Amino acid sequence: MKDSLVLLDRILAHPDSRCWFLAWNPSGTLLASCGGDRSVRIWGTEGDSWICKSVLCEGHQRTVRKVAWSPCGNYLASASFDATTCIWKKKEDDFECVTTLEGHENEVKSVAWAPSGNLLATCSRDKSVWVWEVDEEDEYECVSVLNSHTQDVKHVVWHPSQELLASASYDDTVKLYREEEDDWVCCATLEGHESTVWSLAFDPSGQRLASCSDDRTVRIWHQYLPGNEQGVACSGSDPSWKCVCTLSGFHSRTIYDIAWCQLTGALATACGDDAIRVFEEDPGSDPQQPTFSLMAHLPQAHSQDVNCVAWNPKERGLLASCSDDGELAFWKYQRPEGL
Amino acid sequence: MVGGSGMGGGLLENANPLIYERSGERPVTAGEEDEQVPDSIDAREIFDILKLLRSLPQRFKMDVHITPGTHASEHAVNKQLADKERVAAALENTHLLEVVNQCLSARS
Repeated sequence: MKDSLVLLDRILAHPDSRCWFLAWNPSGTLLASCGGDRSVRIWGTEGDSWICKSVLCEGHQRTVRKVAWSPCGNYLASASFDATTCIWKKKEDDFECVTTLEGHENEVKSVAWAPSGNLLATCSRDKSVWVWEVDEEDEYECVSVLNSHTQDVKHVVWHPSQELLASASYDDTVKLYREEEDDWVCCATLEGHESTVWSLAFDPSGQRLASCSDDRTVRIWHQYLPGNEQGVACSGSDPSWKCVCTLSGFHSRTIYDIAWCQLTGALATACGDDAIRVFEEDPGSDPQQPTFSLMAHLPQAHSQDVNCVAWNPKERGLLASCSDDGELAFWKYQRPEGL
Repeated sequence: MVGGSGMGGGLLENANPLIYERSGERPVTAGEEDEQVPDSIDAREIFDILKLLRSLPQRFKMDVHITPGTHASEHAVNKQLADKERVAAALENTHLLEVVNQCLSARS
């Protein structure tokens, strides 16, 4: 199990503070990290090693919690506890803050770009999810404020191909939103977790959503369209989502992040027990009742809680992780032989 | 210990000394050794816990819970205490951090 996840490199990315999140750019050549030191760092390779190409430290007054690249790779958004979201434009080797999105009442917890590149979503401890539209002149406009959650919203993520937004909250639920006649509405609420849902990831097809929680489980939700063969009831024209698998007993503490590899389908988790785990769906398992097996378990991947795991979008098996100890690590995952 | 001399001059007059025996080691109960059994904390110990938390090496993980039945909304408070993102954001509030630090320094 240990051999299937091999350490390639380890860097002290955010000295004396937490490294909270990582994001690969769409071409897989750059990795953005952010942390408690209020900075965003951009990492790239020089030969065989990873070096810091840029430090973006003037953008925020407090912890930067998440970063997200635009689908074109020219912009980076950073979400901060200072209640703002900065939009950075890439200019050759450097980045310039072109806009600061304000409006949330307190800490912004997450930011995500829609696959079209025209929409951005943010969420906050103020319990709301905001949807922003971007035009060709880099002008941002808030088009919807969604107040469906009853508590702190921890994470937002867009569907890989549809304009469907998902959010995870301290209220133990996952909610889905879509556009309906010029406004955004909550079209589904996924209940089942017994504590805060920290993160979400869609599978490559977008038919499934994985969620991870403080309740130490991962849940896999499957989308059922109206008129589906399995006879799962739908309300009107909205798809239904059903929990088809729960992975419990694998994690001994809160699971802070989950990442679904768009190239291989492997599922990686970041846990408060300092470990990284990788799961894969068993070949031939029933799509309505899938089973997943633990393929790699690396205890002490970091010396403290692992906050984020991120699969490289172009290089199979390349996984990045970061921790409360301020470190960033790169791993090579190889599916174990004979399994 | 039987009263000794050492004051110089005459004998110490203590015909009927009370003899105290040194008590042995306090027996360690099974509950104390069990890592899963929570150690109850008095409210006044919170700052000692914070001092301990700050001085321990980072590899230690500490879970703090309010005993059920002792607080009107202990589940709500426990959930916040367990959420490290919430705790981190709250401690970044420099005013709150100053108050906490003042309480800690007053006690040391």
